[in-house]
Amino acid sequence: MSVAHQEPTSFTFDADSDAQIEKILARYPEGKKASGVIPLLYVAQKQMGRQTGSAWVPRVAMDAVAVRLGMAPIRVYEVATFYFMFNTKPIGRFHLQVCGTTPCWLRGSDEVLRACKDAGHLKGYGDTSADGLFTMTEVECLGACVNAPILQVDDDYYEDLDYASTVALIEALKRGERPKPGSVIGRQTSAPEGGPTTLLDIPMMAKE
Amino acid sequence: MALSDKDRIFTNLYGMQSWQLPEARRRGNWDGTAAIIAKGRDWIIEEMKQSGLRGRGGAGFPTGMKWSFMPKASPDGRPSYLVVNCDESEPGTCKDRDIIRHDPHTLIEGCLMAGVGMGAHAGYIYVRGEYFNEGVILQAAIDEAYDAGLLGRNAAGSGWDFDLYVHRGAGAYICGEETALIESLEGKKGMPRLKPPFPAAVGLYGCPTTVNNVETIAVVPTILRRGASWFASFGRPKNSGTKVFCIQGHVNKPCNVEAEMSIPLRELIDRYAGGVRGGWDNLLAVIPGGSSTPMIPKAVCDDVLMDFDSLREQKTGLGTAAVIVMDKSTDLIRAIARLAKFYKHESCGQCTPCREGMGWQMRLMDRMVEGRAEIAEIDVLESVTRQIEGHTICALADGGVWPVQGLIRHFRPMMEERIAAYHAKKAGGSMPLAAE
Repeated sequence: MSVAHQEPTSFTFDADSDAQIEKILARYPEGKKASGVIPLLYVAQKQMGRQTGSAWVPRVAMDAVAVRLGMAPIRVYEVATFYFMFNTKPIGRFHLQVCGTTPCWLRGSDEVLRACKDAGHLKGYGDTSADGLFTMTEVECLGACVNAPILQVDDDYYEDLDYASTVALIEALKRGERPKPGSVIGRQTSAPEGGPTTLLDIPMMAKE
Repeated sequence: MALSDKDRIFTNLYGMQSWQLPEARRRGNWDGTAAIIAKGRDWIIEEMKQSGLRGRGGAGFPTGMKWSFMPKASPDGRPSYLVVNCDESEPGTCKDRDIIRHDPHTLIEGCLMAGVGMGAHAGYIYVRGEYFNEGVILQAAIDEAYDAGLLGRNAAGSGWDFDLYVHRGAGAYICGEETALIESLEGKKGMPRLKPPFPAAVGLYGCPTTVNNVETIAVVPTILRRGASWFASFGRPKNSGTKVFCIQGHVNKPCNVEAEMSIPLRELIDRYAGGVRGGWDNLLAVIPGGSSTPMIPKAVCDDVLMDFDSLREQKTGLGTAAVIVMDKSTDLIRAIARLAKFYKHESCGQCTPCREGMGWQMRLMDRMVEGRAEIAEIDVLESVTRQIEGHTICALADGGVWPVQGLIRHFRPMMEERIAAYHAKKAGGSMPLAAE
């Protein structure tokens, strides 16, 4: 569901963002500031999230990145549109990113998708709910496959989901809660369910 | 005999303990680092060669040899760079994530030692954008290392200056290809470069560069500490070492686990992942090394060994050692069609055979899922994959067609049945063209 959106007319990095940018640019050699384009686009997207409740990168923010890095604006536009994680249109307050790639599909990602649609009142991928709370996107493999299926909410992974636990997660988000990321069935990260069967006897050196 | 805990490199793989420096030191990280570095660059490379370590990012290129391609001295003043590939995006693969969030100091120490081995004073770790929280931990571990004098000037008291930075990607599988990664790190679209020149001659910022996978670099300190012969004692010759496997799909207990190379696939699944759902006889097929590696049917799985050469003999590969298990309930055609969609989505669009071919393949696979095709189109599909393979700048397209080739190789009758069933149901009616 693509809806025409309003592009803001101006964008200025705030003090928070400026502090981040200074640290970012220190990582790259003299004259190689263009390396900062992806990090600065993230800074802009996060600032939009802070200021408007919708984490996206409008054209004027891309221009601000170009000015800061001394790049032609087109070089920033092509990066912003090449990489999947930059939202070039406004999104909802929470970004529900459903992994539908084969490893998650084998473990029931269709149920996660159905739960997102039902609980988030979403018609399908690309849709934003009428209350502006949720935008749902299908993402390609998130790289947490032994904890499939996965739903990424903004920056956080929720793992080992099924229909009921996905609905519970979305209902919690609606209440303004932020459940702890990770396995929703209490697994120790990527260890087998029921607890690790290896790494039970690790040789340790004496405390200094 | 199963690998014992004392021979595991990633002792905090599951994050049972803190990732932070004091605990990492107790697990043996940063122990005698300066003394190892004092043995010199040539010794490090020789030891890496002797260990038999092959790159853990999928291609399996011998690591010591790769490092030896880096220039010994820089006549024109260009610096050398180490770039660590943590773009981990191959469907099924989730091992590097555990290393950077639970065992980051194994990686950081490895970066320093690898930096010495290849003559680099700076390194960048390129972390996929989705691993935001993991990247935060890695950065915090690097900050700790700087504070403790383990990075920066005279790193770890070794006399070697070494700086290390984290760079975050933004959701593009193609950036796992080493030259696309370099382009991305330079602030451009992630489109692979033509080789030659290879990165060891012209890489990041036009300087000599070696790109290695996270796991490859993270095993270096333990190899140098315990010796090449220790590492080489696991697995078959030319396939040596320990390896983190990601066992998933239709197993009772999906997990990551570090095991010895050349372990039989069946033992790996039964011992560590609680067996196939419904028992071994309920197994249909396994994708043994991440999405790009062709699937193998149960008959092959019964006794195949998990290493580079054994899987190559079966026309597949170890890849990233992401073991995707599919039981008899699986619609294999749909499983592969979804991978075809993945590669279509992730093609960077630079080379025509890939840009057009991945979409063509996806559309035909979607029809194969329904059976809405002619039997002869299976041959058309196969022949088109052969025309795509080997005709692009990078290996994305190769990896994109191999899963389909694997399906046709082993499960052609299943595809024919699907088509026959569709025709039986819809007797009459017009058929679509090949690339509808």
